[in-house]
Amino acid sequence: MVKHALNDDSVIVVIGSGAGGGTLANELCQKGFKVVLLEAGQHQSSTTFHNEEWFAFDQLAWLDKRTTSGNWRVAKDFPNLPAWICKTVGGTTTHWAGASLRLQEHEFQARTHYSGIDGANLLDWPLTLAELEPYYAKAETKMGVTRTNDIPGLPGNNNFKVMYNGATRVGYKTVHTGRMAINSRPRDGRSSCWQLGFCFQGCKSGAKWSTLYTEIPKAEATGKLDLRPESMVMQIQHDANGKATGVLYADKDGQHQLQRARIVCVAGNSIETPRLLLNSSSTTFPNGLANSSGQVGKNYMRHTTGSVFGVFKKPVHFYRGTVMAGIVQDEAVLDTSRGFTGGFELETISLGLPFTAAFLNPGAWGADYTDVLEQYPNMAAMWIVGEDMPQEKNAVTLHPTEKDKFGLPIPNVHYDDHANDLAMRSYAFKKGAAIYDAVGATRTIEVPPYPSTHNLGTCRQSEKAGDGVCNKWGQTHDVKNLFISDGSQFTTSAAENPTLTIVSLAIRQADYIGEQCGKQNL
Amino acid sequence: MKRREFLKTGAMAVVGSAVAASGLVTTASGAEEAVPKFSTLKPAEAQTLLQVSRQIFPHRKLTDAPYWAVVSQLDIAAQADPSVATMLADGVAQLNSSQGSKFVDLNDQHKVEALKAIETTPFFQKVRGVELQTLYSDPAVFKAMGYQGASYAMGGYLHHGFNDLKWLPDPPQSASPKPA
Repeated sequence: MVKHALNDDSVIVVIGSGAGGGTLANELCQKGFKVVLLEAGQHQSSTTFHNEEWFAFDQLAWLDKRTTSGNWRVAKDFPNLPAWICKTVGGTTTHWAGASLRLQEHEFQARTHYSGIDGANLLDWPLTLAELEPYYAKAETKMGVTRTNDIPGLPGNNNFKVMYNGATRVGYKTVHTGRMAINSRPRDGRSSCWQLGFCFQGCKSGAKWSTLYTEIPKAEATGKLDLRPESMVMQIQHDANGKATGVLYADKDGQHQLQRARIVCVAGNSIETPRLLLNSSSTTFPNGLANSSGQVGKNYMRHTTGSVFGVFKKPVHFYRGTVMAGIVQDEAVLDTSRGFTGGFELETISLGLPFTAAFLNPGAWGADYTDVLEQYPNMAAMWIVGEDMPQEKNAVTLHPTEKDKFGLPIPNVHYDDHANDLAMRSYAFKKGAAIYDAVGATRTIEVPPYPSTHNLGTCRQSEKAGDGVCNKWGQTHDVKNLFISDGSQFTTSAAENPTLTIVSLAIRQADYIGEQCGKQNL
Repeated sequence: MKRREFLKTGAMAVVGSAVAASGLVTTASGAEEAVPKFSTLKPAEAQTLLQVSRQIFPHRKLTDAPYWAVVSQLDIAAQADPSVATMLADGVAQLNSSQGSKFVDLNDQHKVEALKAIETTPFFQKVRGVELQTLYSDPAVFKAMGYQGASYAMGGYLHHGFNDLKWLPDPPQSASPKPA
């Protein structure tokens, strides 16, 4: 495996190996660039993954301490775990469920379409659907998304059968097994889906797309990638001209290393990315790197989520097979007559017994709770994924006193639900319950949001430098050779699972970097 | 941070309570059972914690064995950290003094009332947190609750019932194609 020298200032440093960073690193290597890919977590594989929820959680999740504030229920239920995302090679693509949906045209112009919402810091993306469409197509091909490229949909499991029958009985029309980056046929050297039921725990069959075993080995095959796991980046450094020069990181032995760089791309997910920029403050950039707008860490979004569980007289065994086995898309539309703006998707979800007990009603105990848990085999469930409003006060900030083992301030994640978010969740809970009632549910349960898996918006794209952190290429307004390469770029959250858009933006960003380097602009 | 800390309990990781549960003496009738030996917990404390854990997540269909496994994990935590040992001993003492008789002698309703009164304490949160992760990760509990768990060894659920539900019609193939 290739090793690039620490003092080689011709390399591109990519921080984070998930959907954004892992894809970007591969795309850059394919163009012939030398890439150093720094990943905070360890290197696992399909062989080391486990079909066991707590084991996998300990193995993959980002468990470094974080704090929370705000009126969201996650702050009460999981005060030190605002997000359920991963610290491992492949990042959260090891954990994601595979739903791969394009954002809709109107969602790129949220300010234009959703105007007049108090407290929402809405902005149009500096990007249109038409500009991103060619990259969506490339991403779908790369990831092998079902129902694109003549790839058949996945077969629906029992959980989907319940959703499908209920949803169609209440009149929903667009109900199917989704567009999933999970092989329904063998493809790209990976098997088809075994319906293991452990998508969240790392896919042991390799059918689910993850940068861990697609982008990263492809990048390594070019001889251009130097992947360094267990490398925690502490600071991005710059010169007197305000140009990024390299990154300081702690290696697996805790030794500090300085890697020089031509370009630095940050893809640490929407909590660590702004944290790193804020922790990289200097006399030139006293408020943090690339933060002349003051928007670094602001406008944190996490989707308006929640789950509806249905309990039935007969068995469902919803844990068998893909976790997101199907979708209802009819509510993912612009229709303010529902009492809120923005839309939401309904997607099946399943949890094993350990996590059902942990998440069905966090903190609950006693016979009322165990009576419900004893209905476990007869449960079906769906997850709400809805557009939440960007609010400036919802922010990732540096903790004033608590520090991590490297001596760096830990992040605090503040989130207050917006009135629009609450109205949407309330409506979606009722719609989800109606679906299950239509097929004879004896009981439906409104389950509060889990720790966030869709973390977005904390270094958002903006047309004007004063409104956000980066331009439509993810290039920061303030530091020309510093890029944001993950979901932090999202100007608004839209109703769709974000990974396909993150991958599309990464492919597009790689093209831009290649072009700008060719013109000697970078 | 270990996973337990986000559940506000603060203990070492637990993987597979079946090991802890092995070697326990249980009887099918639920009659008198031997109290397993513990390193730090006293027998009376262990008996009380068993009854506490049976009230926190009560499942009549379960024998005491998986609940003893919870007490075993509490014992391990107490051995590793003296402050946990103190918290557990104090918590048991408080439960024994609150209702005029020992906790284990109370009827179910009074046991629940006694626990309700202390449900926000670190002691209760500790027991609940350890129990949540131990009880519902126990293969014997999986079986009793109808959860089949890991499927990799049998090649997944693809040929083991992932779409075997018959009490509703199958969706059309346009919505749900047949398996490859």
